[in-house]
Amino acid sequence: MDTNKTVAVIGGGIAGMEAATFLSARGITVYLIEKEDKLGGHLLDWERLFPTMRNGSEVVKFLMDGVKADNIKIMLSSKLTAAEKSGKGYNLRINENVDLFADAVLVTTGYDLFDATKKEEYGYGIYDNVITSADLEKIFMSGKALQTKQGNVPKKIGLVHCVGSRDEKAGNVYCSKVCCVTGVKQAIEIKQKMPYTEVFNFYMDLRMYGMHFEALYKKAQADFGIQFIRGRLSEASEDQNGGIILKVEDTLMGKPLKLTVDILVLLIGLIPAKGSKEVGELFGLKNGVNGFYKTTDQHTLTNSSNVDGVFFAGACTSPKTITNTITDARAAASTVAAYLFNYRSLERKIEQNEDFWLYNTK
Amino acid sequence: MKTFGYTIQNDRQIDFDAADKKLYRYVAEKEPDINLCIFCGTCTATCSAAEFKNMSFRKISLFLRRGLTENLKREIESCMFCGKCTLVCPRGINTRNIIFNIRKGIEEYEF
Amino acid sequence: MSFDWFVLPFSIGALILIVVLISRYILWVIKLSRADRRKSWRSVFSFKLFQAVWEVFNESLLHRKIFRVNALLGWMHMTFALGWFLLIVIGSVESKFHKEKVFNMPYDPIFLRYFEHDVHGFWFAEGFTTIMDTILLLLLVATIMAVSKRFFKWIYGMKRTTKLHPGDQIALASLWLIFPMRFIAESFTAGIYGNGGYLTQTAGDIFATFLPLKSLELGAWWTYSSALCLFFLFLPFSRYMHIPTEVFLIYLRKAGVKTPDNKLTGFSEFETYSCSRCGLCIDQCQLSETTGYDDQAVYFLQKLRRNILQEESSHNCLLCGKCTNICPVGIDITKIRLLKRTEFAPEMLFNYRHYENVIHHDERKVDVAYFGGCMTHLTPKIKIAMTGIFRKLNIRYNFVDENGSICCGRPLKLAGNHMQARDLMQENKRIIIATGAKILVTSCPICYNIFKNEYKFDKIQVLHHSEYLNLLHKEGALKLTPNEEKMVYHDPCELGRMMNIYEPPREILEKSGKLIPVQKEKNFADCCGGSLANLPLSEDNRRKVSKEALTKLLAPSPDILVTACPLCKKTFSNVSDTPVKDIAEVVYERMIE
Repeated sequence: MDTNKTVAVIGGGIAGMEAATFLSARGITVYLIEKEDKLGGHLLDWERLFPTMRNGSEVVKFLMDGVKADNIKIMLSSKLTAAEKSGKGYNLRINENVDLFADAVLVTTGYDLFDATKKEEYGYGIYDNVITSADLEKIFMSGKALQTKQGNVPKKIGLVHCVGSRDEKAGNVYCSKVCCVTGVKQAIEIKQKMPYTEVFNFYMDLRMYGMHFEALYKKAQADFGIQFIRGRLSEASEDQNGGIILKVEDTLMGKPLKLTVDILVLLIGLIPAKGSKEVGELFGLKNGVNGFYKTTDQHTLTNSSNVDGVFFAGACTSPKTITNTITDARAAASTVAAYLFNYRSLERKIEQNEDFWLYNTK
Repeated sequence: MKTFGYTIQNDRQIDFDAADKKLYRYVAEKEPDINLCIFCGTCTATCSAAEFKNMSFRKISLFLRRGLTENLKREIESCMFCGKCTLVCPRGINTRNIIFNIRKGIEEYEF
Repeated sequence: MSFDWFVLPFSIGALILIVVLISRYILWVIKLSRADRRKSWRSVFSFKLFQAVWEVFNESLLHRKIFRVNALLGWMHMTFALGWFLLIVIGSVESKFHKEKVFNMPYDPIFLRYFEHDVHGFWFAEGFTTIMDTILLLLLVATIMAVSKRFFKWIYGMKRTTKLHPGDQIALASLWLIFPMRFIAESFTAGIYGNGGYLTQTAGDIFATFLPLKSLELGAWWTYSSALCLFFLFLPFSRYMHIPTEVFLIYLRKAGVKTPDNKLTGFSEFETYSCSRCGLCIDQCQLSETTGYDDQAVYFLQKLRRNILQEESSHNCLLCGKCTNICPVGIDITKIRLLKRTEFAPEMLFNYRHYENVIHHDERKVDVAYFGGCMTHLTPKIKIAMTGIFRKLNIRYNFVDENGSICCGRPLKLAGNHMQARDLMQENKRIIIATGAKILVTSCPICYNIFKNEYKFDKIQVLHHSEYLNLLHKEGALKLTPNEEKMVYHDPCELGRMMNIYEPPREILEKSGKLIPVQKEKNFADCCGGSLANLPLSEDNRRKVSKEALTKLLAPSPDILVTACPLCKKTFSNVSDTPVKDIAEVVYERMIE
C-alpha cells in the first residue's frame, strides 16, 4: 500500500532508524538523513547494554534490518542546511546541493555527552588516568585490556556517578537517567575482566528504576563485590605514580574519605545535542527549560512540537534508555502517520501547562 | 529528658518530638537554601577546615533540622568561610550564608 | 543703616546652619583617632593646606571629575558651585565698595540691590552689576538644567537618577527657588530704581510695564530670603550637606587621614556626608542591573546617615568597588560597607586553635613560597601550571598549601569577622615565614590582597602570579612562543580595583598571543558574580550577573577568555562555552623550555 507521502527523519540514530522502519511499513517514503557516514548514532560507541549485557551491535543489526526497506532513502554524511514551509510540508536542503520535499519532518537528533573537562576539579583532560564512561566503552569495544596510562593493571578503579547531571553549577539540573545503571553495568564488566581489581562506585542516589535494574545492582554486590560509597566526589588530584587521589565524604559514616585509585571513570550525563540546536533554529522549535526540545505536552502529546508538521522522537526531548527510545520512535511514527492521514486521534486537545512551575525561570 | 553538653551524642535516638526547631526556623527564614540539601557530602569533602578538624556542612544541615544544637555548635566553630563548599554544591546552596546565620541565631537565642 | 525685617529669615537660617555644622564637625573630629587628629592640626600649617585648597577649587568648584563623565553634567555642577561661590565673593566685595567699609552685615551682599539704589555714584558699580548679572544668568541656566535633568536624564548620560527623600525634596525645591527669586526681586527693584545690570534692568523695565512693582517688591525679597532660610534649615538633613562637608573631607584627605582597616572613625562621617547623591554609582551597580536590587552606594550612604541601615544593606553587595571607582567625591564606599559589616557579624562559635602547628614543611631552603589559595584546589590547571613553571625554570619553591590550607582570613573579613580573621592570619604568617622564602607568590587575588595589605611581612615580597610571571619574563628567565589565539582578559575585582594590578597581566598576555581589548576593562571591568563578599546573593542571581558580564567580555568573539583568579575562572566556566583559562595556564602552554 504505497502512499504518496514522504517524511524526512533527521538523525540516523536508533530513534531515527526505528521510526523510519515503522513509517515505511505504512507505505510512506522516508528520507533518513544522518550527518555521520554510518547509521546507529551513539549506540555504535557502546559495547554492551544494561541490564542484560547484550551486545549493542545486536540491537544495531536489528535496527538495520528495518531500514533496508525500498522506500527508505538513507542519506549519509548529510546535513540539513535549510528548511522552508511549502504548502503543508517542507522544502529541505541537504548539504547545500540536494533539495527534497517532505510532507512531515521527524526530528531525532538525540543527545550529546557532557563535556567532562567542564568539571575541572575532577581532572579529566588533566590527569591521564581520569576517563569517562564513554572512553571506557571505547576501550571495551577495542578489545584491549584496561590499563593505566603507565601500562599497569589497575588495582583500584573508582566510578563517579552524576558527572554533569543534577549539578546546578554545570547548568544541568536534571537527572540523566541512564548513568546510574551504566555505572553498575561498567563496574560489573570491569570485575568480569579483572576479578582482582577493586571497584568503587561513588553515588548520591542510585536510581535503579527500570525492570531488572535493581537485580543488576544486587548482582554487582552479591557476585562481584563492588563497593558502593555514598558520597559525591569533590576533587581529584594526581600522586607521583599517576594514581588519582579522591576527596569524598563517606556520608553514611559521616567522615571524609581519602582513596587513591588507579583509574577514575566519570559517568557523564546526557545533554541537549548541538545538532538539536541547529535543527531547532531552522524550524523554530521551542526548547524546554533544560535545553532539550519542548514537547507539546508532558504526558500525552510527547512526540508533537510547537511547529505544525514537525515531530520528535528519542533522546532529543529528554534523556532516554535504548528501550525507551525505540518505544518512543514507534510512537512517533504512529503520530506522524496520524498527522499525514488526518486521523482523529490528533484532534484531541489537552490543557497546556505553559509556565513550568517546577523551575525558577524568572 | 535533660541532656548536658556532650552526653547528647550518646542518646539512643533523635527525639524529634522534643527537638527545638527555633534555630532551624530562624535560619530557614534568613536563608531558605537550607532546605535544598541532598546530603551528597561534596561540601565536606572539599572543606578546608575538614582537613584538620571535624567539620561537615552536611552534618550541620542535619543537626539544624533535627534540633541538635549542641552538636551543631561543636561542628560549626572551625569554619573559616573560605567558600569552597559554595563553589562545589550541586544544588547551588548558599552555604556560607547558612553558617553565618546559624552563628547569629545561636548568639541570639543562647547568649 | 540698611535693615528690613525680611533679612531675618536669611540671617536666622544661616545662623542655625552654622551652629549645626560646627557642632557636627566637632563631633566627627572627636571621633577621629588621636593620630589622625594630630595629623589634621599639623597640616594646617603646611603645604598640604594649599594642595587641599587647589583640589577644592578643582573638584568642589570646577567639578573636573564629573566633567569627565559627562560634559553637560559637569557644566551644570560647575555653574552651580562656582557661580554661587562667585556670587558670594564678588557680591561681598561689591557691598564693601558700596558701604566703603571692610566689615558689614553678612546679609548685606545678599540683599544689596534692595538697599543700594545709587549705582552711578560709584565708578565700578556698573561693572559689578554686569558681572553679578552674568553670574546670575549662568545660575538660572544651571537651574533650568537641574530641573530638566529630573525629566530628561539621558541627556546627561544617566539611565537612572537618585530617588530623593522628603528632606532632599524640600531642599531641592528651595534651591530651585533661590536664583529665580533673586532674579525676580532684583528685577523688581531695578524696575523701580534703575539700579540693575543688563539682565535685571531689562527684565525690570519689562515687568514695570504691566506689574505694580512698588507693591510687589517687598514680597519678592521676602520670598527670596525665605527660600534661602528654608534651604539653610534643610541643608544639614539633605544631600546639600555635601557642599560644606566636602571641603573638610578634601582637607583631611590631604592631611593623610583615612579609614583604618579595622574600624570606622569620624573620617567616614565626613565621607558619608560628602555624598552629593549625584547618582553616578547607580548605573555602575551590576546587582541593580541584573537583580533589581536597590541598595546602591548612594542609598547605602543615605541609610547610614539616617541611621536606618539594616544587615541586608551591608551584606548584599559584591564589594566589586565599581561605585567607589566612579564616585566623583572619592568616597571609599566599599570600605565603609565592609567595615559596617562588623556591627552585624556574629562573634561566638569561632575556634581556630586547632589550626595551630598543624602544617609543617621540610627544612630545605627555598626562594619562593607558593600559596595557591583554597579556590585554586578546585582549578587544578592553575596549580599544575604554576608548579610546572617553577620546575622548568629550576626555581626552588615550596607549595605552602599543597596538602590543605588555612584560609588567608579575607573571606572572614569580608563577612565582618575582623577579630576572628586575625587568628588565621597569625598562623598563616607563621607558616609562610617558616619556609624561609623571600618571595610569596599567590594565585588567588583574594589572598594577595590581604597578604600584601595586612600581613605586614618584613622580609617577604608578596606577588600575585601574574606579576611574578611578568617579572620572570622581563628578567629573561621565562621565554614565550606566542600563538594566534585571540584572547580577552577579565580583570578580577580583587586584583584590579582593589590592588591596582592592571598592567602586569596585560604585558605578559601580549607577549603570549593576541590580546584584544574589551569594552569594560581595567577599573571599569565587571565583577564575575562569584564574589565571596556577598553573603545573601543566591545562586540564580549569581548566574545572572555572570552571564551578563560574560556576554560583554565575549562580544569581540575571542578564542579564549583569560582571567587571573581561580574564583573568576570557576564562575565563568560554569556559564561559558568559550574556554576560560587562567593567565598561568596560558603562560605555561606557551613557554619555551
